[in-house]
Amino acid sequence: MNTFAAKPQKGHEILPKTDQSGTPIGEFLEISMGPHHPSTHGVFRMDVVLDGETVVKLKPVFGYLHRNHEKIAENISYLSSMPYTDRLDYFCSMTNNWAYALAVEKLAGLAVPERAEYIRVIMAELTRLQNHTCLIGFFVQDMGALGTPMMYAFREREKILDLFESISGARMMCNYMRFGGVRVDVSDEWLAQAREIVANYGKFLDEFEKFLTENEILLARTQGVGVLPRDLAVSAGITGPMLRAAGVNYDLRKVDKYGFYSRFEFKVPVGEHGDIYDRYMVRVLEMRESIKILNQALAAVPAGPVMDPKAKLRGFRPKPGEVYGRVEGPKGELGFYLISDGSPNPYRYRVRPPSFINLTILEDMCLGHKISDAVVILGSVDIVLGEVDR
Amino acid sequence: METLEQIKLRLEQSQPLTKLDILANECPAGERSLVVVESARAADVARFLRDDAQLKLDFCSNVTGIDWPEMTVKTKVKKKVVVEGQEKEVEETVETLRPGYLEVVYHLYSMALKHGPLVLRVRTGNRTDRTQVPSLTPVWRSAELQEREVYDLYGVIFDGHPDLRRILMWDEFEGYPMRKDYVAPDDFEYEPTPHDKVLEAAKKHYPVEPKPEVKAEVKPEVKA
Repeated sequence: MNTFAAKPQKGHEILPKTDQSGTPIGEFLEISMGPHHPSTHGVFRMDVVLDGETVVKLKPVFGYLHRNHEKIAENISYLSSMPYTDRLDYFCSMTNNWAYALAVEKLAGLAVPERAEYIRVIMAELTRLQNHTCLIGFFVQDMGALGTPMMYAFREREKILDLFESISGARMMCNYMRFGGVRVDVSDEWLAQAREIVANYGKFLDEFEKFLTENEILLARTQGVGVLPRDLAVSAGITGPMLRAAGVNYDLRKVDKYGFYSRFEFKVPVGEHGDIYDRYMVRVLEMRESIKILNQALAAVPAGPVMDPKAKLRGFRPKPGEVYGRVEGPKGELGFYLISDGSPNPYRYRVRPPSFINLTILEDMCLGHKISDAVVILGSVDIVLGEVDR
Repeated sequence: METLEQIKLRLEQSQPLTKLDILANECPAGERSLVVVESARAADVARFLRDDAQLKLDFCSNVTGIDWPEMTVKTKVKKKVVVEGQEKEVEETVETLRPGYLEVVYHLYSMALKHGPLVLRVRTGNRTDRTQVPSLTPVWRSAELQEREVYDLYGVIFDGHPDLRRILMWDEFEGYPMRKDYVAPDDFEYEPTPHDKVLEAAKKHYPVEPKPEVKAEVKPEVKA
């Protein structure tokens, strides 16, 4: 985090604007957008240099929410970090829990009962639904559709959060998964409630799409804007819907087949242009695929225990070794890298935050566009500052 | 994907100067890793791993720093000792000092061939003055922000990084908070404010007047 405006890089000094003969014809405007700017989705700052309204240089600045999550986790036991993972990406606490549980299970060699795996898939896909819905609401708001679309999105999200609250006790900070299973079992009433919400979700998406997908303003603002070339996306380690919008078919649910994803039938939507519109479309289509997965999972939840009986909650000491576990979060690849030295605390605990790494190419996407487009491009990256700053 | 031994063999054939090691992993589900012995060769190794047709590790997923402080390693060695005319095997613990170092770990995957991970480790000379390693940002762009983070929190200096600045901590911060021996200050929030400077200047400008002596009150003795 820089407390002062970003120092110019070596060889990247912004020179005064001149015409061909070298006479000055005006100057660049350097503005600092944020950290308290409504379009930056949290305490995030962009140091932007503008030529008129065109972006010439853009440096993301963050760290305002930094609390050294990794250091905290290295000084407490494995289980105590589970509630902290909720606070990383506070929209998707269920997938954060799953990623951490997956890494620790790999480290300690724990098995997960079948019923718990099904519940995990259901929770993860519900999380994906509400995350993508909210994101579309936010980024339509960034384009100037103030309030109404976001409220529709939040109305639907709240239904899913009610489900989470009834099972875990908290809307957003669920702290639901445990090493070797999940914390509490779901009841039949809960499953019936979930089925009803999922059955109605498609109708909501149809309605939402009717307003947005062919909307003239949305098309004008998003098509051909913020294009991310395929090669750059791969090299820059972009993951999640942004990568797939750039035309790379890489979904960890298909590649790693973690959990029980190999049992479900679904497709991976892939874009071709890599612009904002493709990112929007990929997210909408992904939600439709999530509904398909949810329908299959909710129809086939088997009976049985939800915790591995061998899993220990207290006095948990995995054997020495290191693992890297990753899941496909709604924002991209969320990974946990753990090193155990046989003590109750991890020796090294590292989070691979998808929205942090997806910010690498923010400048490349914004250069040459107008400042108002930079806001929409940032919105389409889908960042959460709790995860970027950790 | 090929085994690590095959990759190591092919790498050493194509780059005779490079020395590599394979680090075992005690966790059965975890991956073993490839250690670049001389950190200066890391960029060449990385380019080979990315461009090789059989590997095509085009996706550098995760970049991490690890701090290994200096520590004494106890190993048990069996020795033959002659006791009372008979030869006996005695176990002895030998203490060796392992010098401290910082380590950068790269988790590499292939998006084209959908395999991985390959864990690549690069080590610094020590933890104080030889903390340079070559930056792999020119090879994989995804290392850009992550290497900045490793520099910020561990103090590894990446040669050839395009923009090596602190990223999560503020620019004026001193020390590397993720190191194992880092001691947190009592007050993180303290920073000298302009207000303090003004006070200091004022003190110099106006010499401090001597305080008037407080005379102790003399109480009349009360006799009972």
